Amino acid sequence: MGSDIFEIAINFAKLAIIFLMMIQMVPLLVWLERRGSAFIQNRLGPNRVGPFGLLQLLADALKFITKEQFIPDRAVKALFLAAPVMALIPAALAFAAIPLSTDIKVDAFQMMGKSWGPYVFEAQSVYLPIGIIYVLGASSLGAYGLLAAGWGSGNKYSLFGAIRASAQMISYELAMGLSIVGAILIYGTFDFKEMIVAQAGPLKYSWLPFSVSFLPNWGVFYQPIGAFLFFVAAFAECNRLPFDLPEAEGELVAGFHTEYGGFKMLLFFMGEYGHMMVASALMTVFYFGGYNIPFVTEAQVYNHFLTDHAFSATASSLLTSAAFLLSFVVKVAIFLWIFIWVRWTLPRFRYDHLMDLGWKTMLPWALANTVVTAIALYIGRA
Amino acid sequence: MLDQLLPVLILFGVVVVFGAALLFLTALASPKTKKSAVKQMSYECGVPGQDAQTTKIPIKFYLTAISFILFDIEVIFLYPWALIYPSKVSEYGGYLLASMGIFLGILVYGLIYELKAKALEWD
Repeated sequence: MGSDIFEIAINFAKLAIIFLMMIQMVPLLVWLERRGSAFIQNRLGPNRVGPFGLLQLLADALKFITKEQFIPDRAVKALFLAAPVMALIPAALAFAAIPLSTDIKVDAFQMMGKSWGPYVFEAQSVYLPIGIIYVLGASSLGAYGLLAAGWGSGNKYSLFGAIRASAQMISYELAMGLSIVGAILIYGTFDFKEMIVAQAGPLKYSWLPFSVSFLPNWGVFYQPIGAFLFFVAAFAECNRLPFDLPEAEGELVAGFHTEYGGFKMLLFFMGEYGHMMVASALMTVFYFGGYNIPFVTEAQVYNHFLTDHAFSATASSLLTSAAFLLSFVVKVAIFLWIFIWVRWTLPRFRYDHLMDLGWKTMLPWALANTVVTAIALYIGRA
Repeated sequence: MLDQLLPVLILFGVVVVFGAALLFLTALASPKTKKSAVKQMSYECGVPGQDAQTTKIPIKFYLTAISFILFDIEVIFLYPWALIYPSKVSEYGGYLLASMGIFLGILVYGLIYELKAKALEWD
């Protein structure tokens, strides 16, 4: 965690701040979802409580607190109570390993009569060189929370919703895992940061007769099919429409969270929206340049703050990191909006169609994408 | 390695405490109401349901889980191969391509067999 008390304290604070920021995004996303759906369906949406209805979230939270705690007689009590927390864990753990911005370099300084050495803080809670494996592993734990909820509720609707959900999640995990292999072949690394560095600068196509350097060097231009498959599989992993069969309200009341209310329900929501954030962030990191700003390098931004505005080295590093964080947030926000947009545009799949799409369409396409990428790399070797 | 994973463990603890605290605190604030046998029933659209844990589940789900394990192992074996392939492609490209081709070929044959045997049909 660090070599001295300052570094350890900052790393702890970082851990808590990133987790709480993720939790704090959930009410905002719910608000965006409700306003967005109203916008798409040509109605007003929540607009009475506070400016633009933003305080509706606080009103909702108050309402959740005053709900009575209901545990059905037939429930397995321990599982029933543990399931909402289990649903929150995978998203929180996965999000911790995604690099949000450039490193912050802190110069040596004096404090309380001691000198504190130079530090480098990553803009992520956990830095792991095997980031991809860790994030895929952590986010695939999501099925356990749903199964615990379905089994623990002692309700047939919950049980069937949970079993549907886990079958859907494992089916689309294959397509998701395979669609990334193409990206790993391009970058040759499991490290998110190395991937983002590899996507900096203008597009480096050499086989076209004309220059395409007006485009950024993003993974989506090398792996268009992989990017599309990954995004579709991400929808199924998050149980979002058009793949929200686990909670198909016409058939299963509310699926695995039929018996849940109040804050227990809210924890499931946090897990689902957390999954959406992880999926959008991964989409950005793999295929849309991560925190890179197109055509602007880290050194340019850093020198702008350091020389043009005469900030100290530490402050310049901090401001650079903030600028790149903004770029990352904008990209993630675009994908989150697409999640909401698709939910209110496309109808729900039928269950057999869903499984057919996963096993008979996306899996072969992802395999073919991998093979074609490998052969293209073999032909283009020099 | 443990040093790298220590933040993960701490975060795990933070999330569990956060979730448990939320549940506990809202349980304190919630109104206490009288329980009755009808109210404590699980919601099955008003019909007194049978025990959910003994209900029958289609075998298709079981088959899907088995197929998943097979193909997930395939994906896991692809990852280390994909990691070294780009850096070694100029030296051992043909060998790497052929060896993974044989491995993938066997698994694709398995997928085709599953399709032909109608193991992936949902009706």
